[in-house]
Amino acid sequence: MAELKLPVDEKTIREIRVGANLELSGRMITGRDAAHKWLIEECREEILPYLEGTVIYHCGPVVRQNPDGSYTFVAAGPTTSIREEPYQADVIGQYGLRGVIGKGGMGQKTLDGLGKHGALYLHAVGGAAQVLARAVKRVENVFMLEEFGVPEALWVIEVEKFPVMVTMDSHGGSLHDEVEKKSEQELERLLAVS
Amino acid sequence: MTKEQYVDSFVELIRRASTELPPDVVAALEQSVGKEEKGSLAESALNTILDNVELAKERVAPICQDTGTPVAWVSYPQGASTRLLQAALEEAVRKATELNYLRPNAVDSVTGKNTGDGSGRGIPHVHFREWDDQAVEVRLMLKGGGCENVGIQYKLPDSRLGAGRDLEGVRRVVLDSVVQAQGKGCAPGVLGVAVGGDRVSGFEESKCQLLRPLADRNTDAELAELEERLLREGNELGIGPMGFGGETTLLGVKIGVLDRLPASYFVTISYMCWADRRAGVRIENGGDPQWLS
Ligand code: SF4
Repeated sequence: MAELKLPVDEKTIREIRVGANLELSGRMITGRDAAHKWLIEECREEILPYLEGTVIYHCGPVVRQNPDGSYTFVAAGPTTSIREEPYQADVIGQYGLRGVIGKGGMGQKTLDGLGKHGALYLHAVGGAAQVLARAVKRVENVFMLEEFGVPEALWVIEVEKFPVMVTMDSHGGSLHDEVEKKSEQELERLLAVS
Repeated sequence: MTKEQYVDSFVELIRRASTELPPDVVAALEQSVGKEEKGSLAESALNTILDNVELAKERVAPICQDTGTPVAWVSYPQGASTRLLQAALEEAVRKATELNYLRPNAVDSVTGKNTGDGSGRGIPHVHFREWDDQAVEVRLMLKGGGCENVGIQYKLPDSRLGAGRDLEGVRRVVLDSVVQAQGKGCAPGVLGVAVGGDRVSGFEESKCQLLRPLADRNTDAELAELEERLLREGNELGIGPMGFGGETTLLGVKIGVLDRLPASYFVTISYMCWADRRAGVRIENGGDPQWLS
């Protein structure tokens, strides 16, 4: 399994293809529906430094606040990515993101955006809330916590060996399309016999 | 038995369901790892899943952060109060949410507001049935949202799939449902299938089928054969864990039959994700709860 340090540059990202198994270490940020809408409505200067060169994780975590005021991620599995399809490509372009983590894959608009800007779609294992929370070592910062609540806030986190699979790349490759096509062919074969 | 005693047992039942995957599901996942190509994404996903299952048990924490809809089947003796049992289950859900065995998972469909305590209109969802036994038995399932979204109901005949009103037609639509679901229900999954019934009873029966242990063989020989065939053919589709491609798309297929009106022929499929969380308890008056697997 290859390790990928975040933040990362475009050249490194363009060398990575569909099918790679990666372990991410470094800084990333969480964001789901409310966050994407917020990011796209106007440029949020204050958050730029936290997004450049890193990845946004589609995750609504369960977070515990410790007696000293710090936060710990208790459960942190991915949520379905396709809901961010209208925004994703623009958020990537506008903030210089190098990737997205989620589950279920995304559509053509995002795939085109990955190619244009040099970014990856990284699939986390759906439901693996505990393993993924364990990889979150520290909460560095949080944006819009009051306004959006815990699951929808933008959490800046430091991760170590966070396991993901590359299922869409910057060369138009999509494992989701491949698997779907192949399964449709298999279905046709199975339906030809009775 | 007082309501409080029931509540305590039901909270423990929820804890078990949410944090410990049933042994037969774990065994099926373990067996699947060996079938995947070494170094493949499929193998890696299954290993992560197994790691996660172990970690959740160790930490007494939810296996998945979507702790699902609690669905319960309650069998009760003559004279027991179903109102009391319903209230005890609702309170247990609220307590389990407080204890973080469940996530606050009930949202008002009109305002979009989370109820905050895990319970809500129709949550938990409880089915009651009186029986001859003197004990109360509860079978609980935590049904995830991602996999519930890929559940589907077909109306036969279906010309697109060439599916007529017979078991061959059932086979065709079930295979189609697996292709439509891809990895989105967090594959590998278990299919609960209901043949017949109406639009409501079909979904109920399909969920009920998911309570059967994976090794349970259908008592009807023809259905047993179809279950086995669909499991084999479903895996031939090559969708694999999480839809990454691979040998393991399904862990089980369970089929139940209801009679139908001459005019209708529904085939209803409920998809259960790999986080196939179910648990059971039997409570005899005055006795300790007996945990069922
Ligand atoms: S489908 Fe199941 S494993 Fe996947 S996120 Fe939902 S509850 Fe968790």
